[in-house]
Amino acid sequence: MWHEQLAQILLIGITNGLLIALVALGYTLVYGIIELINFAHGDVFMIGTMVSLTIVTSVPAMMGIAQPETLTPPLLGLLLLGTLLVAMVVCALLNAFIERVAYRRLRHAPRVAPLISAIGVSFILINAGLHWKGASQVYFPDLLPNVDILRDVVGIQTPVRFALKDLFVIAIAVPLAFGLTQFIQRTRLGKAMRATAQDREAASMMGIDINTTIMLTFLLGGALAGAAGLMYGLYNNTAWFFQGFRSGLYAFTAAVMGGIGNVQGALLGGLLIGILGAVSDRLIDPRWTQAVVFGLLILILVFRPSGLLGDEAPPRS
Amino acid sequence: MIRTLLLRRFPVAIALALALGLTACNPPAAAPAGQTGAQTIKIVSSLPRTGSSKGQTDTIVNSIKMALDEVNNKVGNFTIQYEDLDDATAAKGSWDAGKEAENANRAINDAQVVAYIGTFNSGAAKVSIPILCKANLVMVSPANTYPGLTKNVPGVEQGEPNTYYPGCKHNYTRVVPADDLQGAAAANWAKKLGAQKVYVLDDTQLYGHGIATVFTDTAKKIGLNVLGGPEGIDDKAADYRALAEKIRGTSPDLVYFGGITQANAGKLWQDIKAVMPQVKMMGPDGILEKAFIDAAGPAAEGTYITFGGLGPSKLTGKGADWYKAYKAKFNSEPEAYAAYGYDAAKAVLNALQRAGSADRGAIRDAVFATKDFDGALGKWSFDSNGDTSLTRMSGRQVKSGAFDEDNAEILSTQ
Repeated sequence: MWHEQLAQILLIGITNGLLIALVALGYTLVYGIIELINFAHGDVFMIGTMVSLTIVTSVPAMMGIAQPETLTPPLLGLLLLGTLLVAMVVCALLNAFIERVAYRRLRHAPRVAPLISAIGVSFILINAGLHWKGASQVYFPDLLPNVDILRDVVGIQTPVRFALKDLFVIAIAVPLAFGLTQFIQRTRLGKAMRATAQDREAASMMGIDINTTIMLTFLLGGALAGAAGLMYGLYNNTAWFFQGFRSGLYAFTAAVMGGIGNVQGALLGGLLIGILGAVSDRLIDPRWTQAVVFGLLILILVFRPSGLLGDEAPPRS
Repeated sequence: MIRTLLLRRFPVAIALALALGLTACNPPAAAPAGQTGAQTIKIVSSLPRTGSSKGQTDTIVNSIKMALDEVNNKVGNFTIQYEDLDDATAAKGSWDAGKEAENANRAINDAQVVAYIGTFNSGAAKVSIPILCKANLVMVSPANTYPGLTKNVPGVEQGEPNTYYPGCKHNYTRVVPADDLQGAAAANWAKKLGAQKVYVLDDTQLYGHGIATVFTDTAKKIGLNVLGGPEGIDDKAADYRALAEKIRGTSPDLVYFGGITQANAGKLWQDIKAVMPQVKMMGPDGILEKAFIDAAGPAAEGTYITFGGLGPSKLTGKGADWYKAYKAKFNSEPEAYAAYGYDAAKAVLNALQRAGSADRGAIRDAVFATKDFDGALGKWSFDSNGDTSLTRMSGRQVKSGAFDEDNAEILSTQ
């Protein structure tokens, strides 16, 4: 009995952790290249959820369907794909716009200046979300088919629940993180990003357009946040203007835990926080979960100040 | 490099975030000059007007305005002005202790203010009672149900209620029955519904934890098996899946949540219902508002909700008249606490009439002396603690996305 409980808790932890990791990737990408903790990133992610919510409720409504849950599978698939694209594009553009307006001019200012403008942008986005969808949690339609994979598809008799929803999160987050690593390590643009991270001046002397490279990094981070926003809505069936704060804090913690600037580190940190949170919720008390998570962060930073994978292969050493 | 950056940035960022979060406040508006002739006095209300409580408090404020309109904003020689203060912040989405203290201080510093209608949340009352008490300013709450604000009964914290009235005369009254009754009624109802094993959660707030404690104590007394709790939830968590799993492991047939909608009740409901579709869910008046159904979605269906009184549409006598007048005037359905806002305002007006002066102490004493007042809620009085003599408790279910008031039942508190 206990191992089934354990498996269930691990599953919950892994899916939650992957969602945290997707947001954490955005922090790590930006930090890796311009050493800025983009505090607005969590709120870009929130906007991603809000954009998705708007599309999945208003598009079927325009087609005369009040309940998006009643769409046929092909239409639903199309709707979700379209939503994913729009959410990614909107968040990518938003993130790049933020970089252009709030960070670029401060690139050579003292470090605390862009940090403050990041917090300012974060507040602006929170208030935009508040104005847009109101102050309370909003229900996000449950669009993914409710299929229990282990029992109904595989046919194993077990109390462990592994639904299509969980698979969906894993099936999107893992390839995205893997693809991102490959992108940074193998493509010309990835190389440009790493070069810019290592030495901006030298990179520009080698003919790399610094502004474009940084802008692309923000576009990439924003697109990831948009994807994470849709997944959060589909998985948790809730949207809240303040969700970006908590998710952002966890994601930032995950990035630091894994070694900020390191893509695999962000993934590892996210998984660690997700699993630890689920275990703490289950075994200790939900009220203590934050204390447990941040306690671990302190422990890790005391013994490995650069994070778990911090020294291995960051884009910047 | 990375280490020094982190050490330098992390505390700065946190400090900045805190500073920015805490400094949002409004300067008090200048008091308008008194009108000539009749003496102008003010009644203020302090309710959460931002956030999802707004749906509920809109109907309370409407009712207060109705009560004032009925007397043409005049009692005896006084012209009454009404100020609708907000004790919530947008960032929190619910009441805020700093904002409530600001409202209370603003009220005592404005010499024209003679009565304070509020608060909506018990935790907010804890902040403003001592501030207003020292200035002899009377408070009439339409919705606070935490027992410890007025009386020392089992389940309240040590020293309550005296800690709220430091060296000053009791100034706090409420027109709604307290949770020592509501929590007990809920436990009895759970038993009547056939529940044997219950799991209790709360939102760790004064109100939520208080009522969950009363529920737990009563449940044990009447022979229910309390499997766990009252256990506090994290009201900003993204999900409660692991908690739901833990609850499922104990296989309860009823889960009780002491708390308010704004403490993420909707998401809690979704996650518990996802793993235990058959479990009965029960909650107090803190989730008796449309905002709860909106947040929980289909998971709200079938939820059992208690309330200290009857739903607006089920009131009789003067209450039925009020309900009809409300619908005619605002062309919308009042929420559960609207009638309480109406009676709170009426009780204040009645006390002003009897006091016949603008002296805060005299008005406070007159409010406490309210006896056999014939209001929308029935005939009621305040006792020396400031509690109402009403004890009626009701329970209803969520059916097809609405509160099924037609089949609401009167609950036993014994």
